[in-house]
Amino acid sequence: MTRYDSILDTIGNTPLVDISQLSPMPGVKIFAKLEGQNPGGSSKDRIALKMVQLAEQAEELRAGDTILEPSSGNTGIGLALVAKLRGYKLRIILPENVSVERRQLLEIFGAEVTLSPGEEGSNGAIRMAETIAAQDSSYRFLFQYGNPANPLAHYEGTGPEILKDCPEIDVFCAGLGTSGTLMGVGRYLKEHKPEVKIVAVEPPAGELVQGLRNLDDGFIPPIFDGDVLDGKTVARPRESIEGTRRLLNECGIFAGVSSGAAVYGATRYIARTMTEGTVVVLLPDGGWKYLSSGAWTDDLDTVVELATRINYW
Amino acid sequence: MLTDLVGVIGCVFAPAVKRGNPVAVDVKIPTVLRAQADGQASVSVDGETVGQVFDSLIAKFPGIKPNLIGDDGGMHKFVNVYVNDDDIRYLEKLETKLEAGDTVTILPAVAGGAI
Repeated sequence: MTRYDSILDTIGNTPLVDISQLSPMPGVKIFAKLEGQNPGGSSKDRIALKMVQLAEQAEELRAGDTILEPSSGNTGIGLALVAKLRGYKLRIILPENVSVERRQLLEIFGAEVTLSPGEEGSNGAIRMAETIAAQDSSYRFLFQYGNPANPLAHYEGTGPEILKDCPEIDVFCAGLGTSGTLMGVGRYLKEHKPEVKIVAVEPPAGELVQGLRNLDDGFIPPIFDGDVLDGKTVARPRESIEGTRRLLNECGIFAGVSSGAAVYGATRYIARTMTEGTVVVLLPDGGWKYLSSGAWTDDLDTVVELATRINYW
Repeated sequence: MLTDLVGVIGCVFAPAVKRGNPVAVDVKIPTVLRAQADGQASVSVDGETVGQVFDSLIAKFPGIKPNLIGDDGGMHKFVNVYVNDDDIRYLEKLETKLEAGDTVTILPAVAGGAI
């Protein structure tokens, strides 16, 4: 179907594209799920819509309410799109060191943006949002890290799409942030094809967050369940940007920096454990929001240095 | 029967060979734990498993122990440990074996991701 009543109906059903030219083993195929094709530009459109729908059903959201959410950009942009069409106001707590394009997009969609200290990373944005929500009960705090609608959007949408388009899947690989993608897709795939392996790729956030005072400032998303995973790999800025460049140069896919990280994690898992089979890797967003980072144009060392200070994940 | 015999011989000889080769690995210390490691970002210690590397690290820097090991004797819940970029919770945990030249990276668990 190519005719829709609303832009929100175009969320999901993203394409799966063969990128086996990036596979380190000739017997292993890789397919990329292009979540950047969602209308707000990322996989987060799915969870934004689901969180709002479930809150509406529970009568926790009414027209005119203000939604509050900590986000480094993508969830905020998805929520801004949904909020605009459903009649809600939106306030996003955004770490001040995210790429300029993310802030611009939030603002043109009409979100109120409050900046949190960059050196505290996403932890700082979460803390600030929690404080505001505790002080003012008129805000509707959806809290993607602890909201079951986040993994549910992937359990009901992303997971079934992947299995339908790629029934031969052996491994699913995706970035780890809130863990919603991995939990939702992982549970769906394991229920329907138990032998599928679920592999997470994460940024070295604990090193990049300069304001971390001690380990007790640590954070594990309430929706995270380690039992769903079979492997987890850390992808540093250099490997992430190299992966992003390989996607463009070898596959013609213009994707964001965390997509490059996911590709690095997938190729590493393949090289370590596989000789044949099929891997699906999820690319969360397109490259548009990262043009100012120089990810494709600047000297690699320069971009890597910048990426240790700016939140591109 | 033959397989059993090979297994027995393997058990007798393999550990003796391994014990003769102490393994030196690099351990990357995160910023938040450097105060407990004389300010060092990277330390070279011996150990055939991650658990043994932790023991060596704690012997060298006793103050780091409560940040590595939790109350239950397992890994601290806000610590992630990687061998050559792979999280040991999904390998053999503290029993994960090491080879010379491996890098062990310790990172605190914080919120990340394109949220």
